Amino acid sequence: MSFFTKFPAMERGDLRDLKKGIDSSFKDFSRYWGESIETFFDPLFYFLVNFEKLLLATPWPIIILIVAALSYIGSRSWKLSLGAAVSFLLIGYLGMWENTMSTVALISVATIICIAVGIPIGIAMSKSDRLQAMITPVLDIMQTIPIFVYLLPVVMLLGIGKVPGLIAVCVYAMPPIVRLTNLGLRLVDKEILEAADAFGSNYRQRLFSVQLPLALPNIFAGVNQTIMMALAMVVIASMIGVKGLGVPVLQSIQNQYLALGLMNGLAIVALAIIFDRVSQQYGKRLQRHREGGHDV
Amino acid sequence: MSDYKIEIKNLYKIFGPKDKSMVDLVANGMSKQELLDQHKHVLGLRDVNIGISANSINVIMGLSGSGKSTLIRHINRLIEPTVGEIIVDGDDVLAMNPERIRDFRRFGASMVFQKFGLMPHRTVLENCMYGLNIQGVETGDAEKRAKHWLNRVGLSGFEDRFPAQLSGGMQQRVGLARALATDADILLMDEAFSALDPLIRADMQGILLDLQNELHKTIVFITHDLDEALRIGDEIAILRDGELIQKGNPQSIVLKPANDYVADFTKDVNRARVLTLNTLSHGSSGTKKGLPLNSDLSIEEAMQEMIASDHNLVTVMKEDKSIGQVSLNDMVAAIAKPKTTESGEANAYR
Repeated sequence: MSFFTKFPAMERGDLRDLKKGIDSSFKDFSRYWGESIETFFDPLFYFLVNFEKLLLATPWPIIILIVAALSYIGSRSWKLSLGAAVSFLLIGYLGMWENTMSTVALISVATIICIAVGIPIGIAMSKSDRLQAMITPVLDIMQTIPIFVYLLPVVMLLGIGKVPGLIAVCVYAMPPIVRLTNLGLRLVDKEILEAADAFGSNYRQRLFSVQLPLALPNIFAGVNQTIMMALAMVVIASMIGVKGLGVPVLQSIQNQYLALGLMNGLAIVALAIIFDRVSQQYGKRLQRHREGGHDV
Repeated sequence: MSDYKIEIKNLYKIFGPKDKSMVDLVANGMSKQELLDQHKHVLGLRDVNIGISANSINVIMGLSGSGKSTLIRHINRLIEPTVGEIIVDGDDVLAMNPERIRDFRRFGASMVFQKFGLMPHRTVLENCMYGLNIQGVETGDAEKRAKHWLNRVGLSGFEDRFPAQLSGGMQQRVGLARALATDADILLMDEAFSALDPLIRADMQGILLDLQNELHKTIVFITHDLDEALRIGDEIAILRDGELIQKGNPQSIVLKPANDYVADFTKDVNRARVLTLNTLSHGSSGTKKGLPLNSDLSIEEAMQEMIASDHNLVTVMKEDKSIGQVSLNDMVAAIAKPKTTESGEANAYR
């Protein structure tokens, strides 16, 4: 009867051997491939480092001007633009300028990567139900697996530093843009697609002149979500050696520095709100054609 | 080469995973319902044969589910047939590779949709230019041509609006202008005016007839509305459950319904407006008695002329020659007792 009372688990020794086997083969893999994978990501590293250097080398008034100008271009709202400028002034005044620049650099680069990789994947998914069925569980894993679990292999492969941090951020932040690109493209009105076909559009013409523009509101919601999730990863990325606002937050947890944690935490919140509002307003403006008395 | 611009031969469409193997069953007379019950396949079209003459408006009429929208989509192959042939200008559309199909859609046949199919993110002008963009026409030229057609459908001044800012009738004018702008010979109109309210619909029918007088396109027009079919159609084909049950000009449809189904359709039609003097004309040609009127006039129009000039006999004229006579009594009889008016004359002009 012990079959029912005790779960028929694997022998302890076998289990240990299995784990050991996986560990050692991954170690071998990282020893063998680690260097070439690192070189593969080198351009990313230089891009990130140089972007950060550029932000830090630029005199602060110019950065604030650029922030205010970008906010205005995105949202067409003086209030938002002014709010962004004041937030950055306050951040600088409270001594968080350099960390903020590092974080802005990380978020910007991560978002660009997510867009560049995520949108094509989303397009491919919208084309094929089989691909969608294959990729959806991968996205689920990317979003739900405890972050430390995939940090581990990344660190084993690439060590501690900016690039593994960036990859960790991208893995976590990419799913929304893939999902929403796929969804947006699938939601485009069939009759409009039929019209595009009836006029003899080829796949590319149909994609770029009809499908993507009509899916843009959804795609933009994806970009917005991606930025938010990237910001949420800032503290965790700091655990594997990424500079930025996450580092002081981490220190404050370890040493119970309430004010330090609060200030840097609020700086992250300020960045999040600015990014969010500006990108949302911009997304709304892309849909100005929906204004008018009739539903389409 | 045949006399027809478009010739549809033995066309079958069955929806379902094993459509090809169902063709024989359907050809041997299995009904739509039996096919659905026994094999879970939906019959779209059964052995359709239609010749569509060039430079005329060919109406395909049927109720919903009759397969008319399916049929029109076969002409530019938005839907793949199960078996059959569709010959346009001597070329089999079904034998074309994807590249040639796209070319045919770009230059050979343009389409107008029931729900307009406009692109909400493009302005009226940009929508109208869509076909030209796809053809690769240079932007300045495309803009000029699109503006010309927008002007023709009465939408000058609306170029920079978005479709959502226009009424339904105006949106469909954009759809029409977009289709005309490509200069394709064939215009496929899928219930183009069905979503519009009656007044606007009559308006659009007028616009279409005016344009056709000048352009002489080959128009395939789908509708479920018999009055619309009779008003604009040079030829009418009636579909039911995917089968062609009658084809002919408006008068022969009204005068000689092929079966009870068509008769049922036509019983409420305003005959005075559909029947022309030509149909009723009888007696010897060359007579000069009575009011001379053109043979194309409808009975309604002829009666108005007769009342205005106090005549009760008409001499029917065709190209300045008298071809017969029609009395007021003939007209009343044609309107009141349609079944007894079936004279041989109805066939005379076929």
